[in-house]
Amino acid sequence: MVNKKTTIIHGCSGLPFNLPKPFTDWFAGHGWQPRSHQLELLSRCQAGQSTLLIAPTGAGKTLAGFLSCLVELSGRPRRKPGEAQKGIHTLYISPLKALAVDIKRNLETPIREMNLNIALETRTGDTPVHRRQRQKLAPPQILLTTPEQLSLLIAQKDAPRFFDSLETVIFDELHSLVTSKRGHLLALGLARLRTFRPDLKAIGLSATVADPDELRRWLVKQPPLGEIKLSELIKLEGGAKPEITILKSSERIPWSGHSARYAMGEVYEAIKNHRTTLLFVNTRSQAELLFQELWNRNEDTLPIALHHGSLDVSQRRKVEEAMSVNALRAVVATSTLDLGIDWGDVDLVIHVGAPKGASRLAQRIGRANHRIDEPSRAILVPANRFEVMECQAALDANYLGAQDTPPLRDGCLDVLAQHIMGTACAAPFDADELFDEIISSAPYANLSRNLFNKALEFTATGGYALKTYEQYAKIRKTEDGTWRVTHPRFAQQYRLNVGTIVEAPMLDVRLTRHRGKGANVRGGPMLGKIEEGFIEGLTPGDTFLFSGKTLRLEGIRDNICLVSNAADTDAKIPYYAGGKFPLSTYLADQVRRMLSDPSNRTHLPKQVREWLEIQKLKSVLPKFDELLVETFPRAERFYMVAYPFEGRLAHQTLGMLLTRRLERANAKPLGFVATDYAIAVWGLRDFSRMLKSSEVTLAALFDEDMLGDDLETWLAESFLLKRTFRQCATIAGLIERRHPGKEKTGRQMTVSSDLVYDVLRSHEPDHLLLQATSADAAHGLLDIRRLGEMLLRIKGRIRHKGLQQISPLAVPIMLEIGKESVGSDAQESLLAEAAKELVEEAGSG
Amino acid sequence: MEALLQHEQGGCQDIDFQGEHLILDCSACVFWPDEKTLMVADIHMEKGSSFASKGTFLPPYDTGESLIRLGAALNAWKPKRVISLGDSFHDDTGASRLSDSYVEMLESLMRGREWIWIGGNHDPSPPAGLGGLHSTELCAGPFVFRHQPVSGIATGEIAGHLHPSARIKRRGKSVRRNCFAGDGERLIVPAFGAYTGGLSLKHEAFEGLFDWNKLKAWMIGRETIFEIAGRQLVG
Repeated sequence: MVNKKTTIIHGCSGLPFNLPKPFTDWFAGHGWQPRSHQLELLSRCQAGQSTLLIAPTGAGKTLAGFLSCLVELSGRPRRKPGEAQKGIHTLYISPLKALAVDIKRNLETPIREMNLNIALETRTGDTPVHRRQRQKLAPPQILLTTPEQLSLLIAQKDAPRFFDSLETVIFDELHSLVTSKRGHLLALGLARLRTFRPDLKAIGLSATVADPDELRRWLVKQPPLGEIKLSELIKLEGGAKPEITILKSSERIPWSGHSARYAMGEVYEAIKNHRTTLLFVNTRSQAELLFQELWNRNEDTLPIALHHGSLDVSQRRKVEEAMSVNALRAVVATSTLDLGIDWGDVDLVIHVGAPKGASRLAQRIGRANHRIDEPSRAILVPANRFEVMECQAALDANYLGAQDTPPLRDGCLDVLAQHIMGTACAAPFDADELFDEIISSAPYANLSRNLFNKALEFTATGGYALKTYEQYAKIRKTEDGTWRVTHPRFAQQYRLNVGTIVEAPMLDVRLTRHRGKGANVRGGPMLGKIEEGFIEGLTPGDTFLFSGKTLRLEGIRDNICLVSNAADTDAKIPYYAGGKFPLSTYLADQVRRMLSDPSNRTHLPKQVREWLEIQKLKSVLPKFDELLVETFPRAERFYMVAYPFEGRLAHQTLGMLLTRRLERANAKPLGFVATDYAIAVWGLRDFSRMLKSSEVTLAALFDEDMLGDDLETWLAESFLLKRTFRQCATIAGLIERRHPGKEKTGRQMTVSSDLVYDVLRSHEPDHLLLQATSADAAHGLLDIRRLGEMLLRIKGRIRHKGLQQISPLAVPIMLEIGKESVGSDAQESLLAEAAKELVEEAGSG
Repeated sequence: MEALLQHEQGGCQDIDFQGEHLILDCSACVFWPDEKTLMVADIHMEKGSSFASKGTFLPPYDTGESLIRLGAALNAWKPKRVISLGDSFHDDTGASRLSDSYVEMLESLMRGREWIWIGGNHDPSPPAGLGGLHSTELCAGPFVFRHQPVSGIATGEIAGHLHPSARIKRRGKSVRRNCFAGDGERLIVPAFGAYTGGLSLKHEAFEGLFDWNKLKAWMIGRETIFEIAGRQLVG
């Protein structure tokens, strides 16, 4: 039974539109009618208005975005031989390479069927050099590309010519682009395009967002002096409600863990009962594990494939092609398939693990039955009991249409520095003009001239107080007042380092044969890429899951990780680096509601409800606005468990700060562990007794002032901050990216960003890059902003419960102990342990 | 004597090498008490400006930082003689790029003591205008000091060049630190400079230099040296 749609359009302008006959015929020929929002956007475009279209997945957003472009190009006469090449007419930018490729496929159909003479090409990191060269000489009318490619295009000398007939730029999945540094760079790119073409129309295509005005600002030129200008808006609501369920498992749901292994039998049955299933997970390693589990039970040898960003590109393309011709029954995927790709006949989406955010869930579920008038079918498979609550919260949110995209932050300074260099690579620039252009983009509208000048100095000579690098400047102000690149090799350097996605250093994974001692096999087929940090934790002989296989590490040569097929199917190293995305504030609120009020728990499975009831009996369930803190002894240690539900990142920061305080209060803390839901600290002294005697108070422990000096001191040593610094330094162009095949041999040839960070911090703490790093820390890895909001919320509302033993709610986090990575104190103790072993050995020998 | 008292308080490791007593210091230098001699390797001064000339603007404070650390070590040990085991400068013209204030700092460190620059692969020539002795190799007592360890057996060799670092794995976690490395025949000193990293002892560059059964890595902790056996190390 089809759940019929009701769609409402907001933003009808009554403007006229022109849809020529070939187009109306084409729609009619398919038994379709152009949808009202498609016509609405057509009329807006034909009136030259920049517009944001917000519509649910499956509403035909893409065709809507391209309609005016196709109409306009269809009316153009063919280029006569010898006539000068025209530049690009429409530029389409998507966050994913695969999406650009997919959209091309989708657009080719109407172009072919209407027999339109329109050249349409993609340009991504995978496009061969010869084709890129040709595109520069003979640009297609429509170019489909990614943000990084746009940055490269505008940094070329002939950029003004290349874009001199540009009419429209279309940003697909704009809601996902704008939240990151990629969005900042793209906004600067758009400002540049507007300088080339002042009348340029910008079209944004977006899923539902919390605050459409932020996106509307982003699309249009912002006037100076803090005034705000918005694009037009077309908003389409409604569509069929998805049918989402939580897997009703007859198995026991585990307390903790992320594999959802318990449910594999039921997941496999669901795959068997559908045509094509998309299975989403949050991390690469979860994808590997799930794929392995499914193959182990694949008695019917169903065609099931694996797709994630670390796999070799040819392998990914193969899966995508098989998918588009419906040759697969299931694909296990990570976020590489998150956005807007039309996967034809998918009739079921299974989400393994908690979705971590309601918007993310809505997006992923939109993949099934990619048509607006049929409901999507989806099953959520929580991996543990807290995730059951989280899934239920997400499910409620999806029905409510609630959105939890984070508010946009101001443009980052490292991105700004990269853009300044790119601008100089294209042509000499005037600093005043560039500043005006930059503050016309929404993310940088509030940028001060002073900071801009600092970024300019940084780009030129590193921007240090100690001005010793003037003679080596990369860009320099010349006599005519413009800034110029001083040597072509700096432009080359810029091109190799463009973009804002800084991945952990990756190693190529190559398959080889299991080798005896001494053999030095260089390696066979490439399987993909893997994080260097993960491989460093292994020793040769260890086995792990990758590319759907169990592999044995043979060794590392330069940037190649050599592996062989392992005979056993059980990988020795269970790799779980934690979810990539922290629990969203919105879902956290919902989960706290479930805990506080039994009427919000009625949808939960019986075993989860019972678990919470026992918690109520043995300890207490916190009220909605309370923070529950439990203390109890266990195996000669004393534990303190708090349940803030603010996500793993904020909890990690909280854990570091809390341990410092406990240390000062002489509570002798030994360590802590953080999950998305809770944090546990353990130590040698009885926390319950200390609290009872008021030797310490929770109010003092959780006081907001921990975000002051404690934070500063801790940050100085935090490896998380060092990682953030490395990213900023790479984006800003201080440190070069590592390029496969161009690795320098031996560490003494390169400088570790950690060393640079230490030196910079002690000698110039207010340097631009450290400013950028702490701004990132507030939002990103450390989530200080969220921690601060939480501390404020729970002030005076901390509920302490001293217990004799572990509570039901504490079990999941207690099971996580020992799985976390170690901080610098723990590193020292590991070293001491190793040294002691040696001494003891010596003594006994 | 004062210096030796101080070393009792930690941050150091006493070793016996070729019958001589040596002290390995947490700051990445070696002290030879009987000869009041301090050894450092691979300071790589002016690495920052060397990178800057190629368009990578590392903070220009590395030389200053290294000199401050060196000053602290000299203050602690009060050596009569300092041997810098090569690659004291990141390139052969590094010394000429030193700012006046760094030249002054360095001169004050060199004042009143014997100073020997061993030539390195980065800085084969004597540093311009800085004084001190210069040599490619130096013998003293049972030791031969050179920058680059020679292949094969080299009894009593104390060298730098390789920036040794070591990694251990415990309970699934790994810790990497710069280290002193020795097997009783030779000793390789870690890099001292603010911008110098480490190369794993398991790297092929170390092949054939040590008897792994006797190899020890003295890993540098925050305030302690940790003595680790070669077989405990991972790559």
